[in-house]
Amino acid sequence: MALNSKIPEGPLAEKWTKHKFNIKLVNPANKRKYDIIVVGTGLAGASAAASLAELGYNIKSFCYQDSPRRAHSIAAQGGINAAKNYPNDGDSVFRLFYDTIKGGDYRSREANVYRLAEVSNNIIDQCVAQGVPFAREYGGLLDNRSFGGAQVSRTFYARGQTGQQLLLGAYSALSRQIAAGKVKMYPRTEMLDLVLVDGKARGIVTRDLVTGKIESHSAHAVVLATGGYGNVFYLSTNAMGSNATAAWRAHKKGAYFANPCFTQIHPTCIPVSGDHQSKLTLMSESLRNDGRIWVPKKAMPGLTAKEAVNIPEEERDYYLERKYPAFGNLVPRDVASRNAKMVCDEGRGVGPTGQAVFLDFSEAIQRLGKEVIEQKYGNLFDMYKQIQGDDPYEVPMMIYPAVHYTMGGLWVDYNLMTTIDGLYAIGECNFSDHGANRLGASALMQGLADGYFILPYTIGDYLANMPYDKVPTDHEAFKEAEQGVQDLINKLLSVNGDKTVDEFHKELGKIMWDYVGMSRNEEGLKKAIGMIRELRESFWQNVKVLGANEEMNMTLEKAGRVADFLELAELMAKDALNRRESCGGHFREESQTEENEAKRIDEEYSYVAAWKYQGPDQEEALEKEPLVFENVKLTQRSYK
Amino acid sequence: MNLKLNIWRQKDSNDKGGFKTYQVSDVSPDMSFLEMIDVLNEDLVKKGEEPVHFDHDCREGICGTCSMVINGRPHGPKQGITTCQLHMRSFSDGDEITIEPWRARAFPVIKDLIVDRSAFDRIIQAGGFVSVNTGGAPDANSIPIAKEVANEAMDAAQCIGCGACVAACKNASAMLFTSAKISQLALLPQGKLERQRRVEKMIWQMEAEGFGACTNTGACEAECPKEISLVHIARAHREYIAAKACSKNV
Ligand SMILES: Cc1cc2nc3c(=O)[nH]c(=O)nc-3n(C[C@H](O)[C@H](O)[C@H](O)COP(=O)(O)OP(=O)(O)OC[C@H]3O[C@@H](n4cnc5c(N)ncnc54)[C@H](O)[C@@H]3O)c2cc1C
Ligand code: FES
Repeated sequence: MALNSKIPEGPLAEKWTKHKFNIKLVNPANKRKYDIIVVGTGLAGASAAASLAELGYNIKSFCYQDSPRRAHSIAAQGGINAAKNYPNDGDSVFRLFYDTIKGGDYRSREANVYRLAEVSNNIIDQCVAQGVPFAREYGGLLDNRSFGGAQVSRTFYARGQTGQQLLLGAYSALSRQIAAGKVKMYPRTEMLDLVLVDGKARGIVTRDLVTGKIESHSAHAVVLATGGYGNVFYLSTNAMGSNATAAWRAHKKGAYFANPCFTQIHPTCIPVSGDHQSKLTLMSESLRNDGRIWVPKKAMPGLTAKEAVNIPEEERDYYLERKYPAFGNLVPRDVASRNAKMVCDEGRGVGPTGQAVFLDFSEAIQRLGKEVIEQKYGNLFDMYKQIQGDDPYEVPMMIYPAVHYTMGGLWVDYNLMTTIDGLYAIGECNFSDHGANRLGASALMQGLADGYFILPYTIGDYLANMPYDKVPTDHEAFKEAEQGVQDLINKLLSVNGDKTVDEFHKELGKIMWDYVGMSRNEEGLKKAIGMIRELRESFWQNVKVLGANEEMNMTLEKAGRVADFLELAELMAKDALNRRESCGGHFREESQTEENEAKRIDEEYSYVAAWKYQGPDQEEALEKEPLVFENVKLTQRSYK
Repeated sequence: MNLKLNIWRQKDSNDKGGFKTYQVSDVSPDMSFLEMIDVLNEDLVKKGEEPVHFDHDCREGICGTCSMVINGRPHGPKQGITTCQLHMRSFSDGDEITIEPWRARAFPVIKDLIVDRSAFDRIIQAGGFVSVNTGGAPDANSIPIAKEVANEAMDAAQCIGCGACVAACKNASAMLFTSAKISQLALLPQGKLERQRRVEKMIWQMEAEGFGACTNTGACEAECPKEISLVHIARAHREYIAAKACSKNV
């Protein structure tokens, strides 16, 4: 199958407007004849479910948490971008588009990214109308701050809890539709398979996480908004339950998986403290506005934050400011992360493990006063103190990169439809807008753009051609899928080995971090593929899952997710092996400039790598979607 | 350090449940409280015993999922944090720690330390929103809002819906949770249009869910991990009285 991205004809700035005019509409009275399943209640899923319900469709909404309000989007701290140009500093839709394309290292589609920038302003308007309490200036207007990869201030924020406030806004809209009877909500319910009838997505099979009941749900279209797969690495900033299961099982039913190796490693996280570590905590990138990153010029193993205060200026290396004078501490994430790894690899890392660098606020506190810093970052400083025991007002923070976001995901066309008819993917779950590296404050923007302003239009175009008939859930396709789910669960419960699910997950995470992490090479990737295969085999022989299906069973839940990670991990390594260029978050050691910067190879790799599942233990097949750039000139990214 | 844990175990909502004692050793002060339970659970699974079920997700104090009463206090001994933000350096070698689920009629236990908090969702569904559809919103800067007002709305909006306020209250009242949303939206111009209907419906739903009455003991504020202030309860009361005074339902 040749991939058809369905990008509309015409000049970049007119594509979306024209497309909206050309797509088919479903008459208001007929909308209530269509059922749509939306899996996930993060920013993407909640905004989509609410908006589609407002239009009149019947929605079934699912999440694995006990309440839709707890989706992982809640944890986003720093902010959301929009091209409002309120600060009058030269921002525009085109500049936001340009920054995002460039930040993504020219591995995303122009048309999608332009549309994202175009609707960004509507998002801010919508959220304010919902009562989202964004930060304001004394005059009562909205405040902005700057984020990595941009030279304008375009980031809107609500203290350090922007994701929470945006999600609660979307959740309130969703709640209103639940009350109106237009959305039926299924919390504590996990999607375990996708159901196709005549090649079209017509429903899902779920497990009730309280009772274990396996159930089928039928609809005219299915939307996946299930977030990213960063937890393949075991340790990440994602929520503990974040998983790839829904996307992966859809992949196995025919949805292509695009650019799986594009992972974002965030530069400012609290370093690992020991083996017991269960997750990593992000310190918002906004801290890089005022914090200065440094390590000692000469290696000083074991240097603590308290001792750091006494290191004189001339013995400090503010390496980002030194190497990238134009952007300084605000270089994009991939650049900041890789540089932290480099200085630590040189032995100049600090703290008990040597896997950390300093993020220092002393200069900013002197310049602006403690109060201003407290207003801006108070809750982040508190959080840091709580976890590390050090007070960042007094001593520098210690930070290290951690897995944070996955740019890869299900392949979608311009309408956000996957390669399966009637199956859509939105938010972090798809691959569409961030190329090889996502800029800060752009994920929230993308999730809400997809959910509020794009999908509600594009899904109508598909449904307009669908008959109203419903597929009953006793249709053989549903029965077959239910049986498959049941078989997999029985298999997990019957191994009864001697290793816990977490032990497997940790081992997988280590392989991924060591060989498919911040820096990758052919030998390591090949080795990783072998190791992942062995680990997967061992999992199915030695994993220990207690209890039964017909009860709340958190080990069983986790086992299913880890089983999927063990398959996805191999595809990530394979994709990384295929892409013999460095771009964005994907750094191939074989492809770097003389100054050790990432070197893209546009002649060979200017494409989206979309992978097709071919069956258990079969090699996946690669399909390429060429990327065409008509409005920006490809340059090696430079933040010097 | 070595610790003795008394943990509430309950198979499902029909089971009566009871405490079980566990010993954990070699606990590092850098571990989080939940990581300490992870270690216990790994041991239990290895021994073929069912792990302790507890709710958690973000593990950074924002999703509101984690919910344990630790030595009689929701989210444990420290002020202003959730269970997942609690670290073992707050305990000492040899400590005995009692761990229970939230206890309230409106929060039935599902299993071990996990309770059903869907009543909170239904309170929001009753009116915790501004009735605007997607599209057609005016420019975000068309209505200026004083910084102080926006800040106070944000103070209320920070609620993570964990339910510690209910667990802390001797009446199991949900007034702090409910009033935080009422207050946030009553403060903002966007929310003012529906304020009367909102407060009536939300309070009515809160009562219907079986939460107790608020008698102003202030225990909720003291245990709230986000330190939501009683000021919001006072504002909700005023909103309620004002709504009742001109309500068509009286
Ligand atoms: C700590 C942190 C801070 C961040 N800060 C920022 C920031 O400041 N700015 C920014 O732009 N981005 C930020 N990001 C990224 C951003 O938060 C996420 O990319 C975004 O919120 C993802 O939203 P989503 O709606 O796609 O998915 P999620 O919010 O992850 O939601 C996934 C949903 O899917 C459900 N789900 C998953 N699997 C299943 C299944 N099998 N069955 C049923 N339901 C399922 C879950 O229950 C959940 O409701 C941050 C991320 C992290 C981790
Ligand atoms: S797990 Fe999210 S608040 Fe504790």
